[in-house]
Amino acid sequence: MRKSFLTVIAVVLLSFLLLFTSACGNKSSTSDTIKIGANLELSGNVATLGQSGLNGVMLAVEEINAAGGVLGKKIEIVKYDNKSDNTEAASVATRLITQDKVVAIIGSMTSGNTLSYVNIAETNKVPVISPSATNPDVTVDPKTGKVREYIFRTCFIDPFQGTAMAKFVLNELKLKKAVVLKDNTAPYSVGLAKFFVEAFKNNGGEILADENYTSNDQDFRSVLTKIKGLNPEFIYVPGYYEQVGQIVKQARELGINVPMGGGDGWDSPKLVEIAGAAPLNNTFITNHYSSLMPDPKVQDFVKKYKEKYGSEPDAMAAVGYDTVLVLVDAIKRAGEATPEKIKEALKTTKDVEGVTAKISLDENHNAVKGLVILEYKDGKQTYKAYVNP
Amino acid sequence: MTEFIQQLINGISVGSIYALIALGYTMVYGIIKLINFAHGDVYMLGAFAGLYATLVLKMSFVPALLFSMIVCAILGIIIERLAYRPLRNAPKIVILITAIGVSFFLEYTTMYFLGPQPRAFPAIFKEVSYSFFGGKVTISNREITIVVVTIVLMILLQYIVHNTKIGKAMRAVSYDMQAARLMGINVDSTISATFALGSALAAAAGVLVGVYYNKVFPLMGIMFGLKAFVSAVLGGIGIIPGAMTGGLILGITEALVSGYGSSLYRDPVAFVILILILLVKPSGLFGKNVREKV
Repeated sequence: MRKSFLTVIAVVLLSFLLLFTSACGNKSSTSDTIKIGANLELSGNVATLGQSGLNGVMLAVEEINAAGGVLGKKIEIVKYDNKSDNTEAASVATRLITQDKVVAIIGSMTSGNTLSYVNIAETNKVPVISPSATNPDVTVDPKTGKVREYIFRTCFIDPFQGTAMAKFVLNELKLKKAVVLKDNTAPYSVGLAKFFVEAFKNNGGEILADENYTSNDQDFRSVLTKIKGLNPEFIYVPGYYEQVGQIVKQARELGINVPMGGGDGWDSPKLVEIAGAAPLNNTFITNHYSSLMPDPKVQDFVKKYKEKYGSEPDAMAAVGYDTVLVLVDAIKRAGEATPEKIKEALKTTKDVEGVTAKISLDENHNAVKGLVILEYKDGKQTYKAYVNP
Repeated sequence: MTEFIQQLINGISVGSIYALIALGYTMVYGIIKLINFAHGDVYMLGAFAGLYATLVLKMSFVPALLFSMIVCAILGIIIERLAYRPLRNAPKIVILITAIGVSFFLEYTTMYFLGPQPRAFPAIFKEVSYSFFGGKVTISNREITIVVVTIVLMILLQYIVHNTKIGKAMRAVSYDMQAARLMGINVDSTISATFALGSALAAAAGVLVGVYYNKVFPLMGIMFGLKAFVSAVLGGIGIIPGAMTGGLILGITEALVSGYGSSLYRDPVAFVILILILLVKPSGLFGKNVREKV
């Protein structure tokens, strides 16, 4: 009895010791680099978003380091894969903050994954800057209505994206009856759908049905058959490329030939692979940028990206690139690479010359910038319009 | 009405695939009373084998289907030999846990080697859609292929089980393993044959899904495996016609639930069916026929 009691005490003490040493273990960080974390979807069901984002980030970092770095130091990206999974994204964030001691985190690409660790970042006082999490709740806590101190993003938010598409459908395509088919498990999709519906109704359109799917679904024929029976003129599918690809394909197979549309979650080379080129005809998306924009800044970026990676940069690559520019600008102005100073500097970000736009952050930590509307023609994105905020 | 017909077509296509996978569950359960939870992953590997056959070996549909069925038949034998046979006399729960372990092993090994990203399945044959009732009902040649392949394979299976020597041995082993052994039947090879047959059917389902949804990924076996399991239980686990009927009923129910209710209720309804069946008639719809199992 006594012996086992002692054993228990010994085990408890030992585990405390281990905890303590592991917590203090990685205290020293090399002082000649600035460590920035990247919490990205490098695998899983939105993997191409994270991979493109990382390509953009690395391209920017390479350029900055080649030009001498920031504050005389080189930037070091500590990257982890969050597997497109909320739980994993949260644990990656914790690891970046407590073990790698990064001064800021870039990521994640989706709203759901970013939302899973905003509280961790707030508690640990480390700034997070997402290239493409467009849900409004990411930077503003919906419960209190307060801006989250340490969370920023370099993209527009969903109300803008949803509204822009609604107006485009009503005014440019002249279609009045729409159906929404959203991914009920993704805050991004739910948010976009909500703002599209609001704007569509307020501007004289009619929503015939608001249907749902989940990100595990493979078969959309049943719900599409139902939608077909309603005879809509437009179908809004604000999801991610993997399911959207199947939805578009299955819709066309069922003989639904009306225009369809969505947001930046469509933008992936995989979309064309999964849906096929012909079914994608007559579909429209809102996006951060287009590699076809004539702007010399864009064309210069496209050229550099192609040289390094051998492919056309999609919007995620461009926003990833821009996010590094915004962060480095903040570090420069902060004069010191500490989380607290960087956060303060990020708040006053103004007119950073990015690829997607000239980026300023507003009082809600959102980038104020326009969007482009693209149309798919034979599997290629074509530039349709630019919408100012 | 036309919408209803379209939903039936949708349901039958998916249901046929459930039925093909369910047959493997049912056969293995019938013979060694094991719910082989790794079966859904054999189906996934079948889909990848089909992808490999078409992309790398440039096979057309039927050779790719056969290739994938052979690969998975061998795989089924290997799995049985390595994971289940050493545990033949162990408690049932041990084998069940082993099956779950094998399932994870197959999923994550595939993910390690092939990456977690979905792969687009190449269009093996040109797609043709046929419209009826003024375009209100469409059926594609891929849907017809799924149903035809399923029917052919099921007839073949019925023939094997009832008219061949190995089928007779399978039935004998499922009645009474000890007695069958005493009668000179090689029980081990009969069980191997059962795994081979079941896995080959799952592989066919995998290739069909690849063709139908043109997307394959390492975790695709989880949901379809579970649904097939529900189908097998629904029809009466251990009973071959039960697995077919169960699959079709589940597929059609799902289509109607998403078509007339909400697609968010589709998966819950499948599992509610499982629970109801287990509560009301655990032996399944065809459950009276206990002695005819394989």
